[in-house]
Amino acid sequence: MPADSPTARFVRLAETGRPKLALRIDGRPAEALEGDTLLVALLSHGRRVRDSEFGDGARAGFCLMGACQDCWVWRENGERLRACSTVVEAGMAVLTRPPADYWPMTPDLAAHLSRAGGES
Amino acid sequence: MSAPSAPRVVVVGAGPAGVRAAQALVEAGLRPVVIDEGRRDGGQIYRRQPEGFTRGYAKLYGSEAPKAEALHRDFDALRGKVDYRSETLAWNLTPGELHTVRAGEPQVLPFDALLVCSGATDRLAPVNGWHRAGCYSLGAAQIALKAQACAIGSKVVFLGSGPLLYLVAAQYVQAGAQVAAVLDTAPARPPLAALAGLLARPRLALRGLQLIRQLRRAGVALRKGVRPLEILGSDEHGVAGVSVFDAHGDVQRFDCDAVGLGWHLRAETQLADLARCEFAFEPTSRQWLPRLDEDGRSSTPGVYLAGDGARILGADGAEAAGRLAALAALSDLGHAPGRALYQSQHADLRRTLATMDRFRRGLALAFPWPQAQFAGLPDQAVVCRCEAVTAGELRRCVDQTGSREVNRAKAFSRVGMGRCQGRYCGHAAAEIIAHACRLPVEDVGRLRAQAPVKPLPMDTREVLS
Ligand SMILES: Cc1cc2nc3c(=O)[nH]c(=O)nc-3n(C[C@H](O)[C@H](O)[C@H](O)COP(=O)(O)OP(=O)(O)OC[C@H]3O[C@@H](n4cnc5c(N)ncnc54)[C@H](O)[C@@H]3O)c2cc1C
Repeated sequence: MPADSPTARFVRLAETGRPKLALRIDGRPAEALEGDTLLVALLSHGRRVRDSEFGDGARAGFCLMGACQDCWVWRENGERLRACSTVVEAGMAVLTRPPADYWPMTPDLAAHLSRAGGES
Repeated sequence: MSAPSAPRVVVVGAGPAGVRAAQALVEAGLRPVVIDEGRRDGGQIYRRQPEGFTRGYAKLYGSEAPKAEALHRDFDALRGKVDYRSETLAWNLTPGELHTVRAGEPQVLPFDALLVCSGATDRLAPVNGWHRAGCYSLGAAQIALKAQACAIGSKVVFLGSGPLLYLVAAQYVQAGAQVAAVLDTAPARPPLAALAGLLARPRLALRGLQLIRQLRRAGVALRKGVRPLEILGSDEHGVAGVSVFDAHGDVQRFDCDAVGLGWHLRAETQLADLARCEFAFEPTSRQWLPRLDEDGRSSTPGVYLAGDGARILGADGAEAAGRLAALAALSDLGHAPGRALYQSQHADLRRTLATMDRFRRGLALAFPWPQAQFAGLPDQAVVCRCEAVTAGELRRCVDQTGSREVNRAKAFSRVGMGRCQGRYCGHAAAEIIAHACRLPVEDVGRLRAQAPVKPLPMDTREVLS
């Protein structure tokens, strides 16, 4: 269970009987529960959601109500998601660091990612 | 069904204020549009957990369970009678038109009357280290629990002031989370004027005392009159503790891996701002709020404001304000059934709101905004989390550019320019700027809102341009 993992930031206190979902976080397989927000899925596996682009370290969300905008992550195709207001879906593939050196996505990069097997 | 000539009324927000506004409009025979960016109705306090969660009302809402259940039931009953649009953001306002977006699809809604019931967010004061992972707003700590059945960490410190500080801590204890300490910046002895206000709602005041007793019984360290020093830890690994000066001036340190931080609430006034409503400085809570009459009319004709988005009166106040503002709008539009309801109900609703307002003042005096804290905030402390602008950079900017007004200081320092649009740094930045140029905080002005009130998805922007 993610709750017992010492690396998880969030602690599940109840509602743990929900069906499980498989997703991918930074290319690695991960598990969430149906109804989890993406933020909860990320913080049941790790301790960060993204890095501040201003060099002041890891961030793990702040307001959880869609107001602070501090939890935006990426799908593998480069689309951006606000983790606290996105519900996890089975097969979702997310990245906590920008998908490539350049962002936003260019058509070239999209083609490259799909050739590299970035299907979700 | 409403007649073709029925006035077009739009409600923003499906919290207590918005739901009661919609209900009043339906009673008067209208079919209003109700917009909310959330997936489900209920707003903040009566936030609904996702489908598939099984905790009951008593567990989720405690003493407020019957009110939560009533609000949800009443909104469910309105479903066929209102044009409810969930997951829809109202992102801009131009005269007579509300601009919305849902799943990347923009839509403009013309209105004859607009009821803005946009609620509040946490009110934050920066503490050195609050940018570290694991530091959350108090409201966030509660949302994690209510909406996701999670604690924000394995050992949590709550720091700040206000009723929510004790409420969320007690909810964490009840849910089985470990709470290391509750650290309140308010003095142990509230001023007499605060007590007079709190007695306007004795049942609620008593409940506050019960929460404190409950925390004490659970062995949670409670400190009043603290001054925050630092959210300890590292930028890489996040929060590892909190240090404060206690009421005697001694340094105390509490180990933890998460912090819930907050000083009561601030109104979400962006739409009122875009509607060009006049604002006034409210000295008790030290925040700028839209000018309102007793019924919720703003200074802009056709725009009505109710609930925490206008005045932080709490959920019961929001319900009364939503109903009153809706009836006032109908009465102003010359809608006969609406006017009849307004005439028979407005006096009672106004009286309820006056009581709520006395209580609001009591709370603001008992749990004051920590205005003395800003002068001592170290230069390296981050003020704006979006752009990592520090207190030192902001002070230097005021010195070097002579910015004596917040919007000017924003242009130079970028404080308040980030993605949250100053929601979490605006009040503190104004205090720091005011202190740096030795002016009363009301003289440095307020950050003005800009559209979009929240970031839009990229593809929406393409459609719009
Ligand atoms: C995080 C948090 C937790 C709280 N917890 C408690 C508590 O436990 N107990 C308590 O007594 N009080 C609590 N409060 C205060 C309480 O929320 C309010 O008193 C009450 O909910 C106010 O009702 P309202 O209808 O004015 O606003 P809200 O309940 O906040 O509802 C506002 C609604 O408007 C929507 N909205 C806002 N802007 C837009 C927009 N531009 N476009 C679309 N939709 C929009 C929001 O999604 C929200 O659903 C809390 C406040 C916050 C911020």
